[in-house]
This record gives sequence, structure tokens and C-alpha cells, in this order.
Amino acid sequence: MFANLTNALDFQAKALVLRADRQRVIASNIANADTPGYVGRDVNFKEAMSAALDESNTSSAPRLTASTSHARHIPLQAQTASLGSNSLAYTAQTQPAMDGNSVDMDRERANFVDNSVRYEATLRFINGQSKTILSAIQGQ
Amino acid sequence: MSMFSIFNVSGSAVSAQAQRLNVVASNLANADAVAGPDGQGYKSRQVVFETVPMGSDASSGVRVNAIKESNEPLRRVHNPSHPSADADGYVTQSNVNPVEEMVNMISASRSYQNNVEVMNTAKTLMLKTLQMGQ
Repeated sequence: MFANLTNALDFQAKALVLRADRQRVIASNIANADTPGYVGRDVNFKEAMSAALDESNTSSAPRLTASTSHARHIPLQAQTASLGSNSLAYTAQTQPAMDGNSVDMDRERANFVDNSVRYEATLRFINGQSKTILSAIQGQ
Repeated sequence: MSMFSIFNVSGSAVSAQAQRLNVVASNLANADAVAGPDGQGYKSRQVVFETVPMGSDASSGVRVNAIKESNEPLRRVHNPSHPSADADGYVTQSNVNPVEEMVNMISASRSYQNNVEVMNTAKTLMLKTLQMGQ
């Protein structure tokens, strides 16, 4: 029964982890904006998110397991999403540079702000849902 | 928490850009330096950046791989009254191009600012995450 309460939270939690990963990827691009030969990377969020959801729906073998010493121990479920290497792509050069660097600073900054707004939105969804659950528990 | 590595990534970039700024400062300071008696003047220096993988596939920092001296010929200026002038009246000076160095300085300072902003945003997001559920 309790799982039904927290299912919606799990979805947002996965989205939050993937947003944090994307933030890291964009930070790496901005850090390497002046490195010769660096090729920028970005996350295909749709693919990464559906991969994370598929993983939890059809998880025959959870990656993280806790040892159980009693028949009535409840096994731990692996709930964390992670960025698979197939959802990490390379960015194309918008304006070819002599040093082979494909980072477009305007695009990266826009992506960075976009991603932080979406991260905060996900955070707000989590806060709202946890408040809903809390008021349902308290029944007032 | 995976966002902590943003500080490592942007921190490495900030320190690399600071080193670049340092090299620009010494180039500009020596722009008018005159060659000594051995004829060896100051040669302008440039940093070479290199990507450093940090832990996972998704995060990569940056570091200064090498500081290379420019191979441009030293500048020779006709100034017979100068105490260091040679028999033909020429003075050998450094090969620093001040215009190039100023452009380099602006580029380094912009990149520095960008990375500081990235760290600030990451910090704000993490503080908000800590308040989750309150």
C-alpha cells in the first residue's frame, strides 16, 4: 500500500538524478570551452528517462542488493537512475573553429539555465507531492 | 551526490584560466623588455589546455598541459641612441604582441566568469535540494 503512495515520488526522483547528471555534463562543456580538440557532450533526456523507467519496471535483477539473513527480511530495491553511455551524445559544431572545439558558449549557457530551471521544477513537484502525502497521513 | 563533482570540474577550469591570466600578465609586463648582452630576448608564452577525465564519462575537467614559448622572431627596432643598440643601431626586444595578449586576457576573464557562475548555480541548486520536503 505504501508503495502506491511513493510511486509518483520515485518518478520525480529519477528525473532529478538525471537532471543533476545533465547539469554536470554541461558544466564540463563550459569548463572545456577553450580546450583544443574537445567535443562537447549532451544528454538525450527523453531516452535517458525512458531507459531509467524501463529499468525499474522490468528489473529482474536489481543492481544493488542487500544481504538478507531471515526469510521475512524485505529485499532492498535499486531505485537510483543513472546515465547510460548510450544516452550521452556528442554535440555538432555550429561555427567551425580552428582548434576543433565544438563547444558553443551561447548554446551551453542556454542549456545550463534551462536545465537548472527544470531541476528546480522537479524539486517543486517532489516538495508538493510530499506535502500531499503528509497531509493525507495526518488526516486533518 | 553527483552534483558535487561540478565543483571539481569548474574548479579545475577556474584554476586553468587563472594560470592563463598569469601568463598573459607576464607577457604584457615583458612586452618592452630589451634583450640582454647574449641577444636572448623575452619570448612570449602560451598555455596549452588539456581535458582531464574526472571519475565518470559525463564529467571532464581541464588542466594546463604545457606552457610553450612562441617561435616568432624577436622584434628589432632602430634606435641608435639606446644603450643596448648594436653596431647597426638596432635594439632587440621581446616578440610579445600586446594586441594578441589583450584579446587573450579578455577571453580568459570571460571563461573564468562563466565557470564561477556555473559553480554559483550548482551551489544554489544543491542548497534547494537540501531543503527538500520542508
